[in-house]
Amino acid sequence: MQINDPIVGARDVNLWYGRNHALRDISLNIKEKAVTAIIGPSGCGKSTFLKTINRMTDLVEGVRLEGLIEFRERPIRQYDIVELRRRVGMVFQKPNPFPKSIYENIVFGLRIQGIKNRGQLQEVAERSLRQAALWDEVKDRLQDSAMSLSGGQQQRLCIARALAVNPEVILMDEPCSALDPVATAKIEDLIAELKRDYTIVIVTHNMQQAARVSDSTAFFLMGELIEYDSTIKVFENPEDQRTEDYITGRFG
Amino acid sequence: MVTRQVFHDELEKLHQRLLEMGALVEEAVHTSVRSLAEQDTAAAQAVIDGDDVLDGMELEIEEGCIHLIALQQPMAKDLRLIAAILKIITDLERIADNATNIAEITIRIADQKLIKPLEDIPRMADMSAQMVHDALDALVKQDEAFAREVADRDDAVDAIYSALFDELVEIMQADQDPVRIAQCSNLLFAARFLERIADHATNIAERVVYLASGKREKLG
Repeated sequence: MQINDPIVGARDVNLWYGRNHALRDISLNIKEKAVTAIIGPSGCGKSTFLKTINRMTDLVEGVRLEGLIEFRERPIRQYDIVELRRRVGMVFQKPNPFPKSIYENIVFGLRIQGIKNRGQLQEVAERSLRQAALWDEVKDRLQDSAMSLSGGQQQRLCIARALAVNPEVILMDEPCSALDPVATAKIEDLIAELKRDYTIVIVTHNMQQAARVSDSTAFFLMGELIEYDSTIKVFENPEDQRTEDYITGRFG
Repeated sequence: MVTRQVFHDELEKLHQRLLEMGALVEEAVHTSVRSLAEQDTAAAQAVIDGDDVLDGMELEIEEGCIHLIALQQPMAKDLRLIAAILKIITDLERIADNATNIAEITIRIADQKLIKPLEDIPRMADMSAQMVHDALDALVKQDEAFAREVADRDDAVDAIYSALFDELVEIMQADQDPVRIAQCSNLLFAARFLERIADHATNIAERVVYLASGKREKLG
């Protein structure tokens, strides 16, 4: 799929976990201020690819990465890792709030950056919680432990925490798989809101979710990118038989 | 490994039911025109009575499609097949209505001597019914090229209709006989219904093109 001025661009990316060749010649451009979904069966490399974008795979022992990944036309290897992860945030499968207050969770990243101004911290906390559609539910108990929130609220808190440091890209790895349908619907609505200001890349097992929330969809299979097109094209009339078979459930 | 077996079995059942409906509709078209040519009111009545069955089938298939959409989230070719079936049953139901309208004409003019043996109308009926048959055959085979060929035949049916229209108007103008004018008007309607049947067959062919290629376009 032709994407001009991508915010993230991958060229011929190969990745090995030891001898396991997990990503094979992946070339894929991510459109700015849009939602890109990555789908595929377990072990297809979709989460691995997501993690390469903000170099989370650097943390895994025995990983070897070849090829080029650029963020804003600059190789991600050239970025300071803290800066890269500030600008390319991540939300995980299981909500992982810190065992601190709701407020401290949000301003944590700012404190690390050395920001001490209380007014500024409060302002960012409120803005982030509003953007994450959580403010109305927690504004009267910002000092309560984040662990007292429900699973869906915790996940929105994690999104608010990612937003607080003003990222450009938000990577979401199965953000709803631990949530009930109502909490899932809230996160999906939130994704639709956030794409006005942010670029979102979401990995999901749930094809209907990919169809509902994304503008373009990439289908991975056994470490390869099989098809990448507008979401409507992929789900209405995919080009590749393997995509067709996967999304119609003809193989599991 | 094939998964979603239950879903695909259900979808195949709907597809089969659509083809059964198609066969009954085709038969209704043939019977209605034969009843008109042979002034056979019993055959005409059978077509009229059979219309309720076809209306019921349309609702039943529509319900099946909606259930699959609601419960199974069909995608890609499955989605296109369900979308195609939903549209095609409407065309089949309209074709059956047109056959019923022709049967009603048979009954209306049963006690009149035909102004002349019917030739063009049965010929139009054969062509239109064959288009319906072949459009459904193209559906079974998911044959885009064949569907396009079927749609192309619509022009020939239109040409006969146009010629017949002129001929019947001429008879009415020349004769100025109220009884014959009434019969010519009825035959004109019958021809018009057959021309519409060919249009519906063209619509079915369009859905086959969509199913096979994902392209939505007007044919014919």
